[in-house]
Amino acid sequence: MADHFIPDLADRVKDHAARKAALRIRGGGTKDFHGARLEGETLDVAGYAGIVAYEPRELVLTVKAGTRIADIERALAAEGQMLAFEPPGFGEAATIGGTVACNLSGPRRPFAGAVRDFVLGTRIVNGKGEDLSFGGRVIKNVAGYDVSRLMAGAFGTLGVLTEISFKVLPRPPAEATLAFEMDEAGMIESVNRWSGQPLPLSATSWEAGVLRLRLTGASSAVAAARAKLGGTEIPDGTAYWDGLREQRLAFFAGEGPLWRLSVAQTAAPIALGPPQLIEWGGGLRWVRGAIEAARAREAAEKARGHATLFRGGDRAAGVFHPLAPALAKIHRRLKDAFDPAGILNPGRMDNF
Amino acid sequence: MNAVASADCREDALAALAALRPPVRVIAERERLVAFEMDAYVQRRETPMAAVLPDTEDQVREIVRALARLGVPVVSRGAGTGISGGATPRADGVMLVLTRMRRILSVDAAARLATVEPGVPNAQVTEASAPAGLYFAPDPSSQVVSSIGGNIAENAGGVHCLKYGLTVHNVMAVRAIDGEGDLLEVGGEALDAPGYDLLALLNGSEGNLGVITRATLRLLPRPEATETLLAAFGTVKSAAEAVGAIIGAGVIPAAIEMMDRVVIDACERYMALGLPRAEALLLVEVDGGAEETAETRAKVEAILAGCGVTEVRVAKDEEERANLWKARKGAFAALATVMPDYYTMDGTIPRRALPEVLEKIYALGREYGLVIGNVFHAGDGNMHPCIFYDSAKAGELERSEELGGKILELCIDHGGTITGEHGVGIEKLEQMCLQFRVGEIAAFHDVKRAFDPEGILNPGKAVPSLKRCAEWGGMHVRDGRVPRPDIPRF
Repeated sequence: MADHFIPDLADRVKDHAARKAALRIRGGGTKDFHGARLEGETLDVAGYAGIVAYEPRELVLTVKAGTRIADIERALAAEGQMLAFEPPGFGEAATIGGTVACNLSGPRRPFAGAVRDFVLGTRIVNGKGEDLSFGGRVIKNVAGYDVSRLMAGAFGTLGVLTEISFKVLPRPPAEATLAFEMDEAGMIESVNRWSGQPLPLSATSWEAGVLRLRLTGASSAVAAARAKLGGTEIPDGTAYWDGLREQRLAFFAGEGPLWRLSVAQTAAPIALGPPQLIEWGGGLRWVRGAIEAARAREAAEKARGHATLFRGGDRAAGVFHPLAPALAKIHRRLKDAFDPAGILNPGRMDNF
Repeated sequence: MNAVASADCREDALAALAALRPPVRVIAERERLVAFEMDAYVQRRETPMAAVLPDTEDQVREIVRALARLGVPVVSRGAGTGISGGATPRADGVMLVLTRMRRILSVDAAARLATVEPGVPNAQVTEASAPAGLYFAPDPSSQVVSSIGGNIAENAGGVHCLKYGLTVHNVMAVRAIDGEGDLLEVGGEALDAPGYDLLALLNGSEGNLGVITRATLRLLPRPEATETLLAAFGTVKSAAEAVGAIIGAGVIPAAIEMMDRVVIDACERYMALGLPRAEALLLVEVDGGAEETAETRAKVEAILAGCGVTEVRVAKDEEERANLWKARKGAFAALATVMPDYYTMDGTIPRRALPEVLEKIYALGREYGLVIGNVFHAGDGNMHPCIFYDSAKAGELERSEELGGKILELCIDHGGTITGEHGVGIEKLEQMCLQFRVGEIAAFHDVKRAFDPEGILNPGKAVPSLKRCAEWGGMHVRDGRVPRPDIPRF
């Protein structure tokens, strides 16, 4: 099956393009909740799975997009390496293609970089059924426009991801989690101040008056930072950060709407009513509860960022932050060029 | 590529620029345009029809709009340090020179962000951030003069990319004027932005997608400690293997640079540094917490000892550190003493192929009768073979260019790329047809059209036309996949 997967996929896309019949790209199906509309016949890509190439010394991993994140992390861990953006999956069946398409980065994002920062190359089937490769399998590469990174966060609307190459990094040997009692404003000030110092920070999370801080690095660096920062060391740190990354913490339980406000890390507390969990050194503020979309967007803009209705709520009113007209113009043209028949995940990104 | 502008067209363009209010500085005299006739890709020169030097973003927008209405190409230029011809002028185009827009608008220490105009030299960002203990990580060797706008347009690299990334990893937001004269505000202070990642496209777009008018850059805290060591090897192969061994042991050095015998000898002649006599030198820098850095350095020393190193020098203080870097930083100046001219390549290959590819490069040099020296970013596999030639000798420039092309093909054959950090410009257009297939080249043109439908911005650079690829006969068969037969060859 694998040998024919891409040609078969390309044929199917061509057929749908000719009929202008929508395709809904699906890997593990763990992120069906995310994005605006789900429309069209299911295009199952979970079957195209496995590691294409992995040489630990090169720090480069190439995988088929249907590979489960858990399988990738196991293979990397065996070599003492990791995907430094800590890909959230939201379920065991989660595939790396889905996480890249949805632009999901975990708690380490502000300190290590986002999913797009680790993408070195992608192979896609565009909306015309063409099998194309962009970027490559080397760490430095500026040949051609960076279409491979463009695929991170495109929700499959520009092409079906089939293979992805990543830069991987060694897994640091030591980790510790510290807790501090702090109010929201104090937390924002502290985490930004610490982020400006040479400390081995790798995650922050604040909820209900408690800041948790993760230190990751060489044993000596973690020990020195622990001594400098104080706080209370908590023993179940790893479980907490996994729970945060996968949204299994109590804060995320239940069916109510979940708003994601991605804002300036130094933005002052945003009063919206419902409880908030704040990670990414102040840059990512989850709001749990129903708020009016216009209010969420206005508050996010004031905080120099944008608001997304991440889960639940009324998706009909639009999920993503509206784009400025000049940017919307470019988006429309890119979409029309990569998927002229408009068949790939139509409406998943609101208008694209 | 360069059609000569008709006199009418030139008059119209000059009139349109003169009509702008507030007035903008225009240079039209031929003798003063000489300053812009080439960038640091010195193999090609051309006199532009005019140069225009705006002071503000509004002026940039009005200039692009005025020239777009007339269909006159706009070639943007910062400090002119690019070495792939990205800012080589067109006779039928106007140079948009951004060096007057050189204000640092803010350094926000709490947010670790600097917002600057495009003409600000790279090194000034770090200088302005230093009092807060911060710095801007990308450090192309031209950093004292090369501008942020140019760094973004080329997605510039430097010696610390393995650990700290390229320019694209360190830019939070960009303001740019697209080919229709619209202002694009891409990215922001937040760690992501809604919609497609247009920032990824603008970084490295070589002036084709927008004229950068402002950038917000991410600043990093200075590491607590940095240690530098210089290791000598009896063979290039053992030095290359040591690079893999260090990274394989889980160490991500801040830098690993390599120099071969040709470069070592040139540096010694030029600077008399007392370098170890060796076939290859590795310069390794590690950074982090104080204790951590000392541990890492010891680990690196142990690995080197197992890789046939003949001598290791460790810098004991800042002065010794600067001394160890002297050879690497002065290498290109030193190389200029080998021969009147040299030509620097920029391919990247998977690191494991370094010993083999270096060997093949030396063999090609022998075949062409040209000397090649290698000084490069070994940790990234980003090679900079320098081909020496004498332009006074008939045919030698052409022969060096042909040899350069062969080296780039070698990089592609080994799973690499034709450019790691210098850009395609006009220099590597032909090899783009080898690295990419018809469908991919066509997609690049689609991206271009999305930002610049009329093809006003730096046309003819970065991406070859499909017609040119067909003429060169170079459309590539890769991984045994035949180029799409259904797409007509021009």
